[in-house]
This record gives sequence, C-alpha cells and structure tokens, in this order.
Amino acid sequence: MNPTLRHIRYVLAENPVTGLAFAGFAAILLLALFGPLIAPYDPLASNTDQALRAPCWDYWFGTDHLGRDILSRVIVATRLDVQISLAAVALSFALGAPLGICAGWYGGRTDRMIGRVVDTIMAFPLFVLAMGIVAALGNSVVNIVYATAIINMPFYARMARAETNARREAGFVEAARLSGNGDARILAAHIFPNILPPMMVQVSLNLGYAILNAAGLSFIGLGVRPPTPEWGIMVAEGSAYIVSGEWWVALFPGLALMLAVFCFNLLGDGLRDIIDPRRRT
Amino acid sequence: MIAHLILRRLLGAIPSLVAVVVVTFMLTRALPGDPAAYFAGPAATPQAIEEIRHKLGLDKSLPLQFVDYLGDLARGEFGQSLTTGQPVAQDILARLPASVELTLAGLILALIVALPLGVAAATRPGSWIDHLARVVSTAGVSLPVFFTGLLLVYVFYYLLGWAPAPMGRLDLFTSAPRTITGFFLIDSLLTGEFATFRAAAAQLTLPALTLALFSVAPLARMTRASMLGVLSSDFVRTARANGLSRGTVLVTYALRNALLPVVTTLGMVFSFLLGANVLVEKVFSWPGIGSYAIEALVASDYAPVQGFILTMAVLYVTLNLLIDVLYGLIDPRVRIEA
Repeated sequence: MNPTLRHIRYVLAENPVTGLAFAGFAAILLLALFGPLIAPYDPLASNTDQALRAPCWDYWFGTDHLGRDILSRVIVATRLDVQISLAAVALSFALGAPLGICAGWYGGRTDRMIGRVVDTIMAFPLFVLAMGIVAALGNSVVNIVYATAIINMPFYARMARAETNARREAGFVEAARLSGNGDARILAAHIFPNILPPMMVQVSLNLGYAILNAAGLSFIGLGVRPPTPEWGIMVAEGSAYIVSGEWWVALFPGLALMLAVFCFNLLGDGLRDIIDPRRRT
Repeated sequence: MIAHLILRRLLGAIPSLVAVVVVTFMLTRALPGDPAAYFAGPAATPQAIEEIRHKLGLDKSLPLQFVDYLGDLARGEFGQSLTTGQPVAQDILARLPASVELTLAGLILALIVALPLGVAAATRPGSWIDHLARVVSTAGVSLPVFFTGLLLVYVFYYLLGWAPAPMGRLDLFTSAPRTITGFFLIDSLLTGEFATFRAAAAQLTLPALTLALFSVAPLARMTRASMLGVLSSDFVRTARANGLSRGTVLVTYALRNALLPVVTTLGMVFSFLLGANVLVEKVFSWPGIGSYAIEALVASDYAPVQGFILTMAVLYVTLNLLIDVLYGLIDPRVRIEA
C-alpha cells in the first residue's frame, strides 16, 4: 500500500474521532447539496394553527411562531451557512496566502508594509470590526462574506509568511533557482505547494470560526433577513421564546450550528495529525 | 527601569492607535446614505442639501475631512445619536461600565477555572482530568456564545428558577446604587447597600458565566501546553532532585514560568471576549455599549456605531498595552532587554 494512505489509515485507527469528523463533514456537505430535496415541509410555508408546537411525530423539531417546520428550516439553512463560510474562507485564503508568501519571500520593505496592514486589522476586536465593515458596506449576505474574509485574512497571511520564510533557503528552492526559474515561478510552483498542507489545516479550523462569525452577525440582525432560513437568525427568532419555555425554536438551529463547528474543528485537528505526526497532541 | 519599559510600550502602541483611527474614519466615510440629505429632510431642495453639506464640511477633500475628524475626536465629539437624541460620547460613557464589568467578571471567572484545570491536566497527562480539559477546550471553541447564553437562561431561569429574568443589570424592584465607579458590584459595596449587591451579582452571574465558558477553552489549552513544556525542563528536574516540596516546584518554579505564554494568549482572548460581549449583551438585554450599537445598527443610526467601534478598538489597544507591561513585570528577561 501507498505510504501516505497507510499513514492516513494509521491515524484514523489511532483516533476514531477523526473518522467521525470526516463523516460529519460529508453529512454537512450532503445536506447543503440536497437539503431542499430532503426537507419534509416547505421551510417558508407558515401555518398559524400549528404555531409553536412542541416536537412531535409530525414535526420532529416542532414549529416556530408562524407554524413553520423547524426541521425543514434547519436542513435548508445548511446550504446558506456552508456557502457563506466556504466563500469567506476561500476569499481570505486567496487574499492572505499571496500576501504572506510575498512578505516571507521578499522580506524588507514589502514585509513591513504587509505587516502593517495585518497589524491594523488585528488592532481591532475582530467581531467588532466585522460589524463595522458590514455596517459600512451595507447590510447584505455578500458583505457578511467580505467582512468575515477580511477579519480572517491575517491568520493566513501570518502563517504563509512564517512557512515561506522557513523554506526560503531550502535545498529545493536553491535547486529551482539554479535551474533558472524566476521568483514568480519558484513561489507558485515550488513554495506554494509546499506550504499548502499546513495552510489546509488552518482552513478547516477557520471554517468553524467563519460559520460562528456569520451566524453571530445574523443573530444581531446583520446580513441575512427573515424569513430566509439561517441558523443564526433562527436562534435569534427563538430567543424570544426561551423565557416562556418554548425551547425547541432556538435549540435545534443552535445545535446544528454547534455540531457543524465542532465537526470542522475536529476535522482540523485530524488533518493536522495526518499532515504532521510530530505535532500530534 | 520599569518606567522606561512602560514608556517604550506606550510609544509602541501609537501606530496601532493611528491605524485604528484611520480605519474608523474610512469606515465612517463609506457608510451608506448621504448625511447631508438625511439632515436636510425629504422635502429639501438641492441647494439646501448643498448648504448643509458645506456646513458639515462634507464638501472638503478627504484629508481635510480627516483633520476635522481628528479635531472632533480630540474634543470628545462622536456626533449625535438619532435614536436617543443624546451626544454619542455621553451615551457611551454612561454604558461603558456595564460592558467592562461584564467582560472582567467573565474573564476572572474563566481564569479561576482555566488555570487549575490546565495545571491539573498537565501534571497528569492521560488521566480523566486531562481528557476533561481536552473536551472542555474543544467544546468551548465550538459553542456559539449566544446559544450557550440562551441554554443557560432556559435551564437556570425557566426550569430551575435559580436565576433572575435575563433583563439587564438589576431587577425591577432594585434601584441602581449611587455612581462612584459605575460598576454596580463595587458601588453597592462602597455605599453599603448589600441587597443591591446581591441583586446585581444575581443578574451578572449568567452572562458572566456565558463569557467564561467561552474563554476557558483557549486559556486552559495554553496553560496545559505551556505547563507540559516547563515541567519537562531541566530546572524543574533540578528543583525536584533537590527535594523541594511538590507545591513549591509546581507553583513557584513551574507555574510562574508557564504563565508567560498564557499572558500572551490573553490578548487574543480579549479580542474574542469583546466580540462575544456584544452577543451576550443582546441575549441578556444588558445595557452596555454592545447592545447600544446593535440598536443603532438596526435603526441605521450610524454615529453610535462609529463611536462604539472606536471605543472598542481603543479599549482593545489599551488592554494589549497592559498585557505587554504585565509581561515585562513577570518576565525579568524582557526588563533587561528594555
């Protein structure tokens, strides 16, 4: 058997939780792709004589104040939440990785200027900065993606900078240079593929944070508008009913959010084990 | 020597402050809507709007507007809130103690739990307490803070009836203590109103617990990792070999050294804590600056939002400065370098 596969199998056998995380990730992706087909009811259809029903056989997760089926809404919401976080993480990777690679490779003035940009973002409490960005750009889902991407960018830039810096004098880089490759080609074809594995760990850890951030923003009324099903806004809608005992309205979307984040975090830890066995905790 | 160190750190914080002010200014100018048209009202003629724009200084070039903005900040003018009708600076000053009291209570609670948990996990790797620490730190970073808050309300208010209703800093029957520091817990003790103290503590418990649950994770994880490193170092082995008691080795030798990375983590924890604070304030109707900003955001009233972002950022820069100074005080090596 291929040694990489053997190593992956060894890590999975050592830590079954990682396998669970991969399964959970697959389930989330399936729900995001086929959610609207699986949902038993129309997530937007209100039915006021069935309002605020506790979980029962017909409505597994109960119904909300407009009689909408919470199970269907939780399932359908998966797509939007996954879309927001994937888009945000992809964008911050696309912004942060090149900046970090340039800073780590060229050093000097380039490094200082990029460092200044990163430090400026980090000078704010990140969620607060995201609130400000959404307020300034306008209250929409796309701007939630931009805000989340901007506040996560520093993590990628810093990591790419450190990883590039460590490989700047490596043998394979020297070899590439001696063979007559230009800077751009060395960075794209030699440095980038080598720093990709540790960056992917960061991506999967970051997905969880991105979902939490987006849900937090919609919880305070930014971005996603009702009646769109989205986990954060559903928890916000349910929060009014907690004090009167209708727990199911907020609980199920909150649990879905929590499980998704938990899954992404475990996945990140698992990926780290597969990529770098020395850092295993 | 220490004064020199503090001075150096103060100077080091200036670029961050400048960056924060510039970014807040840029966010201000990017805010949607034309303030001149807004103030002129819907029936205004183009000339009237132009006149107001001139009066507000919005027809000047951006650098000149920035100078005006700096002048406003220097005079402590953050603009007028349309929802409350008060100057924003006054609103924020009145609400800031509520937020700070909540954040600090959450942080102290988290430290009380996280440090012993991290130390215990590091001294007995692989034991049940180590696993507990790992579960707590993975679960802690996965929990949406607004969701934990609601769960706590449901369990401790609705089901058990132990906690008061999540409606702000005091219940309806208690009046606020005379303002000395603005922290209800301290003010009520200073004025000797113990009933008020109890009421304020009861209201504070659940929101502070929510924040603590959220920040225990990174602190415990860092304490564990750094204790593990220190415990396997030569000087701890020497201390043990010399027959020092277990407590002395653990606290005086290991923990003191292990605290340094934990203090560094505090900066990141504060970043998350100040953000989480906004969400917790909404869940518990806590009258702090976070809920003030949310109300303003929903009403498209942007002056309070700018004031809020600037206040939070300055608070964060100041906290980081304090952490830097604290770091210098704990670690003599940093002092010598300075």
